[in-house]
Amino acid sequence: MKNSKLFWLLGLVLVLSAFLAACGGGGETTTEPSETDGNTEKTDEKASGDLDSVQELNLMETAEIPTMDSALAEDAVAFNIMNNVNEGLYRLNQENIAEPAMAESEPEISEDGLTYTFKLRDANWSDGTPVTAQDFVFSWQRAVDPATGSPYGPYMMAGTIKNAAAIAEGKMDKAELGVEAKDEKTLVVTLERPVPYFMSLMAFGTFLPQKEAFVTEKGKAYASNSDNLLYNGPFVLTNWDGTGLTWSMEKNPEYWDAETVKLDKVNVDVVKEAGTGLNLYDSGEKDRAGLSGEYAMQHADNPEAVRELEPTVFYLKFNQERNGEKTPLANENIRKAISLAYNKQDLVDVVLANGSLPADFLVPTEFSFDEEKKDFREVNGKMNEFNAEEAKKYWETGLKELGVTEVTLEMLGGDTELSKKMDEYLKSQLEGNLEGLTIELKAVPFAVRLELDEKQDYDIQNSGWGPDYQDPMTFLDLFVTGSAQNKMSYSNPEFDKLIEQAKGELALDPAARWEAMAKAEKILIEEDATISGIFQRSVMSLQKPYVHDIVVHPFGGDYSYKWAYISGKE
Amino acid sequence: MARYIGKRLIYMVITLALIATFTFFLMKILPGSPIASADKLSPEQRAVVEEAYGLNDPLPIQYFNYMFGLVQGDLGISINQFKGAPVTDLILSRMGPSAQIGFQGMLIGTVIGILLGMIAALRQNTWVDYSSTLVAIIGISIPSFVFASLLQYWFGLKLEWFPVALWKDGFMSSVLPSIALAMFPLATAARFIRTEMIEVLGSDYITLAKAKGASGSEIAFKHAFRNALIPLITVLGPMTVGILTGSLVVEQIFAIPGIGEQFVKSIMVNDFAIIMGTTIFFSVFLIVVILIVDILYGIIDPRIRLSGGKSS
Repeated sequence: MKNSKLFWLLGLVLVLSAFLAACGGGGETTTEPSETDGNTEKTDEKASGDLDSVQELNLMETAEIPTMDSALAEDAVAFNIMNNVNEGLYRLNQENIAEPAMAESEPEISEDGLTYTFKLRDANWSDGTPVTAQDFVFSWQRAVDPATGSPYGPYMMAGTIKNAAAIAEGKMDKAELGVEAKDEKTLVVTLERPVPYFMSLMAFGTFLPQKEAFVTEKGKAYASNSDNLLYNGPFVLTNWDGTGLTWSMEKNPEYWDAETVKLDKVNVDVVKEAGTGLNLYDSGEKDRAGLSGEYAMQHADNPEAVRELEPTVFYLKFNQERNGEKTPLANENIRKAISLAYNKQDLVDVVLANGSLPADFLVPTEFSFDEEKKDFREVNGKMNEFNAEEAKKYWETGLKELGVTEVTLEMLGGDTELSKKMDEYLKSQLEGNLEGLTIELKAVPFAVRLELDEKQDYDIQNSGWGPDYQDPMTFLDLFVTGSAQNKMSYSNPEFDKLIEQAKGELALDPAARWEAMAKAEKILIEEDATISGIFQRSVMSLQKPYVHDIVVHPFGGDYSYKWAYISGKE
Repeated sequence: MARYIGKRLIYMVITLALIATFTFFLMKILPGSPIASADKLSPEQRAVVEEAYGLNDPLPIQYFNYMFGLVQGDLGISINQFKGAPVTDLILSRMGPSAQIGFQGMLIGTVIGILLGMIAALRQNTWVDYSSTLVAIIGISIPSFVFASLLQYWFGLKLEWFPVALWKDGFMSSVLPSIALAMFPLATAARFIRTEMIEVLGSDYITLAKAKGASGSEIAFKHAFRNALIPLITVLGPMTVGILTGSLVVEQIFAIPGIGEQFVKSIMVNDFAIIMGTTIFFSVFLIVVILIVDILYGIIDPRIRLSGGKSS
């Protein structure tokens, strides 16, 4: 009997010690972390400029590539690869400014701001044939054609490119789209309205060119694997079988600016487990690893840690009407109370712990700038900062107006560990600061959340948005009356008017437009408390010190490897 | 035997048709849309996409179309995970790694498990028995992802004996995931064999065999082990299917391009064709394994008659 107990104990100790050892890996360094300012990462303390003889970068992605057809792409992985293997009229540079790429120079713009004439540079596809203006016409027409079923084409073009909305609705032929090839190297784009951020749109994946002859020849096989694609960017995609977990990007000798490209190859593997990614990084097999949750906390002081502030903002959506009846959130004081009643700083410090910022705003910081390079956030500042006392006053007033003493609200959120943790924190804060409030949490997968949002079947929703172009409008536009994202019965004619003005009559007056958008954001958050900003996301990664000049972008493709190089590994 | 197998094959087709029907209608009541980017699609665009995938047809038509395709071996195309990719290709390309680590895991698990169980039974109430029981308990109570993480950390990262992860070094890449997967069948086999053998070893005919002078190994293998195998096969059959068709967590931890993780993800994003394709594929696997198990019964113990005829 004694023996059996001893074995039990020994076995238990063995298992536990091995388990704890595995969990406690890494994190042994203690110096200050390096940070990024949203573009080129500052890890070049060893950047002597001497390139290693082997210019290979080994990276990981967290998901497979669903498609490489620029008309059908809608996810981060695809847009990221496209940004590196293809090139549109413009490309975001190291300072995240859109600069001419396939376009030879800045376009000629008509006085009314509606017609853009682009001259294309001499550039080739990876098969050696020239990139022509017709390649853009074909690609854009294909993306807006309802028969293609492009998720981004009509979304990005309707209301911007002439006739795009009518074509997307099937009321007009795609040949009527406001884009025309005057000759092989001249592309004329006609807009519906002046669009101040048009150049940044031209760097987005949906506007990439496609060669008609190639697409037609390949038919259904087009973009189904790396052999059935053409490339005109810094790299070509190789070894991608269409559904696999591994692929490479190799330097494209046909690229017009191939001289700038230093990397010979980028090897990518899909690794979905953060712990596995970290082990591959520690083993030296990978040069960069994303960190989330616990891992981000463990490596906060690692000198190889890089933080990237993303322009993605998470906010609470307050639904004012559910199942045809007004919710307690239709009351402005109730909304204001909730938006003031939780400590965002603690949330980002304790729950997220990855460098995210409290968001007392909608339009993110370090994202959009006026003509004097002044951040939009400096113009509008913070709104509805945490204030428990003020929240209580609004709460009591709201309850009196509703004639109740208790309110129960359902909070809809994601089903990931982090989402659940965050929603639990919000519940405890809101219930703790607002007497009589009960929050019922509902955690569902993303697809279900979209459906519940569509049906407006929730009270409060923890939602997020990342930009599609570099302008405050990509966020503000979400909340106009009838917008597909405004599924909360919010309507304010003054807000709608300001957005309309910023899109229309003020489009050619940058200062007045900026002011109108700032005012609109104030109405949305401070006056109406329609939504409540929670945090602006930051992501943390580990990156080997010999990796230099990976450029991080705020929208479209997340990274550019065009300027990246390896120095100091050998 | 041939008649029995023929009859079973007919039942298998009927079972498969029922499973496909049931899954099809269950899938249709799943909440959420298969069009992942529904928030960016206008109603017109949505209608076009739904039309393209036949999602706006009446349900009976959708069902008929699917079953018609299925009979012709067409499992449809992925809607959102791999836009337009044929599901048959996806399953075929992902099945190899899942099957390899699953097969190796089962082989390692059952062989070692049977050995452990036999030794434990033959050395009942000694330290050998206790150690074997401890291994069995650990194997059953600790989930495979814990083993996977431990193996990865120690034998991949620290000792560098095997690749940390990724499916790039041939057989070497399959060793650690196979061992992680082997732990559960190992523990199950050890437990079953031990229990059954102890029971058999205590029975009268074993005493008789001993009295007749049968050797220890003769008793262990010829009599006890053979009898203990029947219940083990009953349990290992369905377990084989589970392991061969992929283990979500082990595949994910070792970044293996397998089918298990893909199946779960397809449910999360309502990729109808992948849900249906993988369910049907798993079902075929399961019913074939059940048939094999039934046939094995007859081979191991000829007293078990398969056709249900009178025993002579």
